[in-house]
Amino acid sequence: MRNNERYIRQMILTGFGKPGQDALQQAKILIVGMGGLGCPALQYLVGAGVGNIGIMDPDTISLSNLHRQLLYGESDIGTKKVEVAFSKMNQLNPDVMIDAYPFALTNKNATNIIQQYDLVLDATDNFPAKYIINDACVILHKPFVYGAVTRYEGQLSLFNIPQPNSRSLNYRDLFPVMPLPGEILTCEEAGVLGVLPGIIGTMQAAEAIKYFTGLGQTLYGRLFTYNLLTTRSFEIALNINDNTTLIDKPSFELEDYEFSSHSMEDIPEISVAEFNVLTLQPNVFILDVRERHEYPPIDFADAQIPMSELASAINGLPNKEICVICHQGIRSVYAAELIKAQRNLTVYSLKGGLTAYFNQQIV
Amino acid sequence: MAIEILFFGSLVDGTAVSSITVETFSDTHTLLKYLEQQYPSLQSAKYFIAINQQMIQENTTLVSGDSIALMPPFSGG
Repeated sequence: MRNNERYIRQMILTGFGKPGQDALQQAKILIVGMGGLGCPALQYLVGAGVGNIGIMDPDTISLSNLHRQLLYGESDIGTKKVEVAFSKMNQLNPDVMIDAYPFALTNKNATNIIQQYDLVLDATDNFPAKYIINDACVILHKPFVYGAVTRYEGQLSLFNIPQPNSRSLNYRDLFPVMPLPGEILTCEEAGVLGVLPGIIGTMQAAEAIKYFTGLGQTLYGRLFTYNLLTTRSFEIALNINDNTTLIDKPSFELEDYEFSSHSMEDIPEISVAEFNVLTLQPNVFILDVRERHEYPPIDFADAQIPMSELASAINGLPNKEICVICHQGIRSVYAAELIKAQRNLTVYSLKGGLTAYFNQQIV
Repeated sequence: MAIEILFFGSLVDGTAVSSITVETFSDTHTLLKYLEQQYPSLQSAKYFIAINQQMIQENTTLVSGDSIALMPPFSGG
């Protein structure tokens, strides 16, 4: 009865009611990132009575966080974000079960953790984390609310809602390849006005609530962008990009998302047809960078040097044009960058990897 | 009539303006070649393209009055 009083102002809404409240009570949401986006999203979702919320962030609170992460105070500086968020949210609504993860999401732990939730809220501030969330959610068929900000602009969408007749739209349909470190500025470098992640993070919470309660129309299939300076929004209708290669679970766990040692070189990606021509040329060296246990074995590579061993083997590569291949064509781009950074050679990557290659050969 | 180009996020660092109007180009491919000449930073930038707020993936015919958006990824939080 006490909870009827707590939620009465949303339960009297047409279209929400007791079914809406029950749906939120059943919902399990993982919020990755307890910063400018994650704090407001968490507060509203706890207030609304979501049954179970996981919160994840490796960082401790610093003074420069407090202009936009209003969940925290000066006395919290130096304390883990998830620890403070956990106790504050317990005070706000003790009926919400909160799981605290005081570490970063990685491609090693992502599937185990995300598996336990119905939806992920991406409140992270860097590309590796955004691509890890996207790829893990695609593998596990979990929806996620995407949010991001830069200076005075924000982006918001809902991805990976299972569809009856096709695969679901995901972040890689918009941006197939992760930008290199330094290619796009982070908030730390570019700056951000505190209210902007407040607005976008709050809208992310609203999208999650709409998803679980069936209220209104979600943003699935649309990218919403907001410009704080003009108070204008701009929406783009999205569609599935047939050129996007989706990663599978074994490759996901081997992928080096935090790739730290690559150059800014652009690596040409070649099609299967171009690859078939290249393999006939004597001056081209085909390099397979898959790990040794990866299937299937192939007989057309000149060498197999697993990504995990590549750095120390680059000097031993011949003075030829190098074409790098892997399972999905993602690792091979990074491998090609590694090679280019150390050797003055022409390096290609097979787009779509062996998955594309074998699909093409069957057709 | 002409074509309106909108730049978002970090792309504005290279273009210095958030929108321009150009004469009609036959398709997105020739338009992008022109834009990359005008704003060399676009040559290495990551973005996707929308025509009249609909995302496109391939070279698309343009008509007078079209509005083209160049949308990069944002990563802050």
